[in-house]
Amino acid sequence: MAKATPQQHPLRIYLWVWLWLFVLSVFSYLVDVSGMEGFLKWFLITLFMLLKAGLIVAFFMHMAWERLAIIYTILVPPGVLLFLAGLMAMESNYTLVSRLTFFAN
Amino acid sequence: MVNPSPGDPGSPHGMKGLVTDWSADRRVFDVPWGKAMMWIFILSDVFIFACFLVGYMVLRMSTVEPWPDASEVFALTVGGQSIPLLLIAIMTFILISSSGTMALAVKYGYEKDRRKTAVLLLLTALLGATFVGMQAFEWTVLIGEGVRPWGNPWGAAQFGAVFFLITGFHGTHVTFGVIFLIIMTAKVLRGSLDDQRPGFLTGRKGRYEMVETLGLYWHFVDLVWVFIFAFFYLW
Repeated sequence: MAKATPQQHPLRIYLWVWLWLFVLSVFSYLVDVSGMEGFLKWFLITLFMLLKAGLIVAFFMHMAWERLAIIYTILVPPGVLLFLAGLMAMESNYTLVSRLTFFAN
Repeated sequence: MVNPSPGDPGSPHGMKGLVTDWSADRRVFDVPWGKAMMWIFILSDVFIFACFLVGYMVLRMSTVEPWPDASEVFALTVGGQSIPLLLIAIMTFILISSSGTMALAVKYGYEKDRRKTAVLLLLTALLGATFVGMQAFEWTVLIGEGVRPWGNPWGAAQFGAVFFLITGFHGTHVTFGVIFLIIMTAKVLRGSLDDQRPGFLTGRKGRYEMVETLGLYWHFVDLVWVFIFAFFYLW
């Protein structure tokens, strides 16, 4: 049986990630409170969301220290979800146009 | 020919390591099987939550009614002033705090520090329970204001259905996490992981890797909340 390497890392890393998660959450809350609109708002919300997700997966879930075999197995498949989202965005746009054309007064 | 196993110091890293790990006629993943299985479970759960969120996107994009403004719907009145999204912000901070305590519990678990691990696990469970409690409060307030899965006073009828489904499914995950955290706290406290005693329902020996596996689940629950917070409450 392969010997698993235990995930032991300095306390400093966890505390820094923790702090950044707080800071990024404050930022995304401020985006909402400040009443920002349009592209900038969506861009910032998505950016902070992805940064937080990346920090959690990489350091709290130890992905940064795993071997590529498990990293690719877990992180590549969710990529197809972007395809699903794109497909369904087109579909819902079509539904919206149909509704506006035939049903909405 | 000798095939080095993934954990060996001599085994290659990077892309070459990826190829050897998959082609060495040995166990592919250099982690305890419980951890690999938890990752596979999380992957499947990612798809379930993603389907819910994509479904929410479809409903919101295709409705001709205006979507209720989350900032106003989830505002709390404190001292006569309406603060937008206050409860949700507090819930977000509580869940992030619980993720931090969980990460430290895993760290001290590997250092075989029984007391610190148990205290941090219990703290994580308490924060998780607080989160579920606040969600129950939020549901109560919204139901009192007339939000139903088939309608609400502010706009698109689909708002309630999406809200109850997504936050309910996430809340269920948190609740199960809290239950398992309490079980794990008891195991750590009575020394089952140090003595490698098997569990109540399984012949599997207790190990501190179990704390990391449970941690993966808990961090995933926090991860899902990051997406729900952004897409449902902020967007």
